[in-house]
Parts: sequence; C-alpha cells; structure tokens
Amino acid sequence: MVEAAIPDNLRFRDDEPADEPGVSLDAFLDQPNAVSVRIEGGDDVRRLGPALDRLKLVEVDFPRFRDGRGYSSARILREMGYTGELKAVGDVLVDQLLFMRRCGFDSFGPDQALDIDVAQRALTEYDFVYQQAADGRVPVWKLRHG
Amino acid sequence: MYRYDTYDQAIVDARVAEFRDQVARRIAGEMTDDQFKPLRLKNGLYLQLHAYMLRIAIPYGTINAKQLRVQAHIARKYDRGYGHFTTRQNIQFNWIRLEDAPDILAELAKVEMHAIQTSGESIRNISADQYAGAAADEVCDPRPWAELIRQYTTFHPEFSYLPRKFKIGLTASDNDRAAIKLHDVGLQIVRGADGETGFRVFVGGGMGRTPFVAHLIRDFLPAASICSYLEAILRVWNRHGRRDNIHKQRIKILVHDLGAQEFARQVEEEWATIQHLGDDIPLREYERIAAYFTPPPFEEGLSDELDLSDPRFAAWVERNVDAHKQPGYAIATISLKPVGGIPGDVSADQIDLLADLAEKYSFDDLRPTHAQNVVLPHVRKADLYAIWQALDAAGLATANLDLISDIIACPGLDYCSLANTRSIPLAQKLTERFADPARQLDIGELKLKISGCINACGHHHAGHIGVLGVDRKGTENFQLLFGGSGAEDASLGKIIGPGFSEDGVVDAIERAVEKYRDLRTDGERFLDTYRRVGSDPFKEAIYG
Amino acid sequence: MKLLTGNHLVNGYVIWWTGEGWSRHVEQAAEVGDKGEQIAQVETAACRVNNPYIVDAEPGPTGPVPNHIKERIRAIGPTVRPDLALKPADASAGSYVI
Repeated sequence: MVEAAIPDNLRFRDDEPADEPGVSLDAFLDQPNAVSVRIEGGDDVRRLGPALDRLKLVEVDFPRFRDGRGYSSARILREMGYTGELKAVGDVLVDQLLFMRRCGFDSFGPDQALDIDVAQRALTEYDFVYQQAADGRVPVWKLRHG
Repeated sequence: MYRYDTYDQAIVDARVAEFRDQVARRIAGEMTDDQFKPLRLKNGLYLQLHAYMLRIAIPYGTINAKQLRVQAHIARKYDRGYGHFTTRQNIQFNWIRLEDAPDILAELAKVEMHAIQTSGESIRNISADQYAGAAADEVCDPRPWAELIRQYTTFHPEFSYLPRKFKIGLTASDNDRAAIKLHDVGLQIVRGADGETGFRVFVGGGMGRTPFVAHLIRDFLPAASICSYLEAILRVWNRHGRRDNIHKQRIKILVHDLGAQEFARQVEEEWATIQHLGDDIPLREYERIAAYFTPPPFEEGLSDELDLSDPRFAAWVERNVDAHKQPGYAIATISLKPVGGIPGDVSADQIDLLADLAEKYSFDDLRPTHAQNVVLPHVRKADLYAIWQALDAAGLATANLDLISDIIACPGLDYCSLANTRSIPLAQKLTERFADPARQLDIGELKLKISGCINACGHHHAGHIGVLGVDRKGTENFQLLFGGSGAEDASLGKIIGPGFSEDGVVDAIERAVEKYRDLRTDGERFLDTYRRVGSDPFKEAIYG
Repeated sequence: MKLLTGNHLVNGYVIWWTGEGWSRHVEQAAEVGDKGEQIAQVETAACRVNNPYIVDAEPGPTGPVPNHIKERIRAIGPTVRPDLALKPADASAGSYVI
C-alpha cells in the first residue's frame, strides 16, 4: 500500500478541516464546546480519552525535530480510537514524514515549507515495513505468513 | 545464520536509495548539517577527528565469509586498508568520504549488510553472547530472538527520535558473556516452570557519565510478548525521558529518577494497554527465523584428543579455546590484541584470513565480541593446530584471552573527536610492560578496559581495572578504577585516587598487580582479591 | 592566534582556513582574528566546510601550532599510525603533537 501523489497542502483527509485553532490540553478539557486541541511534548494525550467524540483536530507540536514525543502521542491517540485530524506542526522536516504518517498523522503544518517532490519520494521510498503501526500498513511478518 | 528474504532485501535497498538521495541533497546545500546529522547517524556515519567514520552493523555479532570479504574490500577500496572491531560487535572504518557512503551501503546491501541505526539516538545493534549456538550452558540460541527484535526495532516509526541511544543485549545463559546488565535493556532467555521460554528483563544499565547496573523489572516475560513489552518500555521512556540535558537523557536516568519499582509499574501499566493490540510478532515468524539457526551439521564421534606437544600451540589452546557442547569440537577466540598492537584493529589481509578460516573450519561463522576479539564458534579439535598455524603466521595467535594484555580500548583521541586523551598508546605501553606470557598467566584473568573520555566506549566502568582519560588543564591525565565487572556479577569500578600521567598509570597498574599477587589466596583473580580486601591496600601500594 | 578549522563536506578531510580558501596543511592556516565566525558562516552556507570552529594556536617554526593536543592530532593524523599521517615521511610530525 503505497502513497499516491501527495496533496500540496499536506492534508491527507477529505473532510472539512476544523475551523478552530487548537487550545491547550487543559483549556480543551475545560471547554466542553472546544473541538480542537494543541498537544505539547509533555502532555498526556490519554487525558483526551473521555473527549474523543467531540475532538476534530489534534495538533501535535514538535518544538525541535529531534524531540520525538509527538510520535508516541499520535500513536496513542490512534490506539484509543481517535479518527479525527491529527496534525504535526512545528519543526517538521521532510525526512520525518514517513514515520509521522505511520504513527497516524494525516496532516502537516511545518514551520518551513517542504519541497513537495522530496516529500513524495520520502513517503513512497519503502514498499515494506517491519512493524504494525497506526497507518494500517501490513507488516512484513504478516505478509510472510498470511 | 539468518538470510534475507525479498522483503528484507527490499527494505535495505530502499534505505540505500533514500540515503543516496539525502546525501545528494546535503552536498547540494539543500540541508544544513544540523538537519542532515541525525539522518547520517542513522546510517552509521559519524564526522570524526580525521574524516567521516562509518560503523557497519554486524547484527548480534554474527558474520559470514562473504560478508567479511566485503569488509576487506571496503577497507582497500574506500578506506586505508584496515577496519576496527568495536565494543558492540560492529566494525568501523575511519577514513570514509561522504560521497562514497551511498556506494558503500549499496555494496553492503548486496551481502545482506547495512549500517542502519548504528549511531545517533536510535535503537542500536543488538549484542548477544558470542558463544551462541556453541556453549553448553545456554538455554537456547539467543540469536533468533535477537533477529526478531532487530527487525522489530528497525525503522520503528514511534521510536526513531528517542531522547538518546538505546542498546539491547541478549544472553541465554547464567554466565553472562554479553554484559547485558550494562545495557539499556538486558534480556536473559530462561525457561519457566513448565518449560515455556521467557525473558528476564533488566532495564537501566549503562556506562558513560553516570553508570548504572540494570534493574530486574520482570522476572519472567513470556517470549511471545517481547515486542509489545519492549514497546511499553520504549514508550514510557520516549514520553518521560528528559529532553533538556543531553547527559541526562538515557533511560538509566529515568529509571534512577523514578526508582526501578515505579518505572516497572509504569511499564506494566502501559503494557496492559497495548499488549492485546496485535503488534506482537507471532511465534510462527519466530520459528521461521529460528530455522536459520539450527545447529550446523556436526560430525559425530569425533575425538576430543589434542596433540599439545608444540608448547606455543598448547599455550594458545589453554588460554583461547573453550569447550563446545558437541564432542570433538571447540570454541576458539582469535585475539586482536597483539603486544604493542592496536586493540580491535585488523588489516584487510587479516580480514580475508578470518573469512577463509571461518569458511573452512567453522561452518562459515565468525563472531566479533564486545571485548574486540573474534570467535570461531564451531571448530573441530582436529583442526585447531592448522588454524593456529595460520593465525600465527598472520600475527593473530596471541594466547591472551581475558589476560591483562587482552585490553579493551576505545579509539581515543587518535581518532575520536569526543575524547580527552589517547587510549591506544596507553594500551600499547601496558601490553609491552606485561609482555611476558608467563607473567601474564601468573596474574591470571584480569579485564583491563580503557576509555579516552567519560562516554566510556572502552567500558572502563566494567573493568577489573579501568582507566578513564581526562583533560587536566590541557594535558592528558588518567584515572584508575578497580572492581568493575560486566559479567553476571556486574559491578561498577571505583576510582582509586588522584590521576596519573600516561607513564604514571602504567606504573600504578603494575604496583596494583604486584599487591594483588602479594595478597591473593588460592584461585583468586585480581577482581576477587580486590572485592575481598577493598581499596586501601591498593591505595597504599600505589600512592605510598 | 586564532585559526579557523573544520572538515571538508564531501571528503571529510580536516581543513584550515588560509585567508583565501581551505588547505589540508596547518602550516598554511591564517590568523582570522575576530572574523572567524563570519567566515565560518559564509563558508558553511556555500558548503565549502562542515562544522567549522575557532582554534587557539601559537606561531611555530614551520607554521601555527594549535594549543590543544586534539587539534594537533587533527592537523597531523593518528599518533599510533604515523604511516597514515598527512605527511608520513615528515620526521618532525611525531614531536609536533606531543
């Protein structure tokens, strides 16, 4: 299962984007009408469990691209059953896109514009993956044994 | 050993293409060094003191002749005619050009090798017992599990930007030859009460600036759950490990800060949430991998007799040859520590010889060890003499396994931009001071380890005698530690007193060795005597 | 004196700023004064150097001698493999480092 041509706006969803920017996790939990939340590195995304139904957009911040906490946040949200938009924002570089997609991110708001051609190559480089993750790709061990 | 199928090969080939593209973008200036650095580190490419250094993975320390010959070829074509076996069972080359790196990786891919995740904040090469498949004291061969975990941790999307590097070590024996308690995660394969295979799980070991012995956080983990359990460990650390101070970001710091019990509780809590998500690799995949590690076709009924009339051969057998589980066979360690030599370094010609010997005498199987030697795991006793003669002609027959001249030393300031001091010249001086084989035998087992800086790549904390190089006002200075061990009785060495010059530390070690000989009782190694009598007699002997 | 040094991006060799360009030979290294950072930025952006930094040195008989042993090893080569030094035939190389 390999990516087709990637969208110019780096949003891999068909639905309407949420029209509210993300508020902090504490604020989101305090505001029953909020639909968008912004997750910082140290936030515990499991606190969103009871609010998943109303959640439309989760922005996960990467303050520095080396700070990999957001990958866990994303994957945990997908494991919890979140199906809304999961957006990686901040210091997001083209060479992290594939891992981010695999962890369940389906849109991107990088600080610096990405080269779309390079992004396309980055996302389609690997035909096979070793692990099950949040993107539904079948891991090699399953292909081997059916 | 494991052989790639089309999936493994496709993944490694894609990696080569991806890196080729990344290098091209870097050379064209489309990426800064800051952006490129984690990418090249994930392909084992450091920028070192003199040039780029490439660290090639030798998964769980198993390599065959064809792969070895490619290392010799790389040494000749792309480097300066030699390579270096590391303290994590990998091989590295010191004079690599960035523009050649993609071609080198392409050549490696053709023989099912790579440099994936051998550097940087990655899950690194998994190290394993170098006697795997040959020793009688193992529950099973640990390498199929090592291979399974290797695949699981390769390009893991959640754990590719970890707080720091992450090292896993495996053994299947109570005799820990892989130093698992000094790894971030150490796994000992055991059998449960009903014969089921499982792991004792240790977390939080490591050397470096703040050394720790790993804590046992789980006495028995069913083997089939190893991947999900590792995920739980990694996820707790990825989420909660510090990110503010590079010296405080290893998992050992988190385990220490939380306490082992709380850390274990968090892991179990996370694991309870994820263990039923179906991420574990099923047993039939383990069995597919394990089929590559069935015992080689040993001959039956071979004699255990050896003609030891050649005294130099006999000395080598006495020291470097260990018992094999199959009658008529033996495990032979090839010392890469000749007197006055550079620990762990091998010339291209020597690599070719190792390939020939492995192919001819050891079922095409060679094992680098974390002590920077290499092992022929399955040799017929009848072949030992021919092997020894070939080694002797090539300067590879030093009979010093685990003796004082079998020194582990990091490359140090001669090669490494992180170092404070050189370590190789010190190793050379020490091997020359203790060159006399009879003297070495009299001293007996003494594991001496030298690190040129606090990063401890020479494992000095785990040395019976450890040396740490420090920068004292711009001059090289050496601290002496006693009492460390990387074996199942793991302990961390203690600094004995003020530091020394290079010549001074050689003298100090000699004084300590003589004091040990004075004080030892029957059968005691240096380590045992030190543990029995403590530092004071040694301090007295050294500092007067 | 202050020297500017780094590694060549493509081949990884140790290089020294000469005032006009880069040389592998520390004898040709130039005093950069307080211009080092500026030069470093320009050269890095042009991909002519990787990871440049300033080094303290003293003038010597054949050229500058870096104060720190690490830099002297970078200038010459590993002390344990004189055959791999930048100038293996140079007999004075051994006494340069230590």
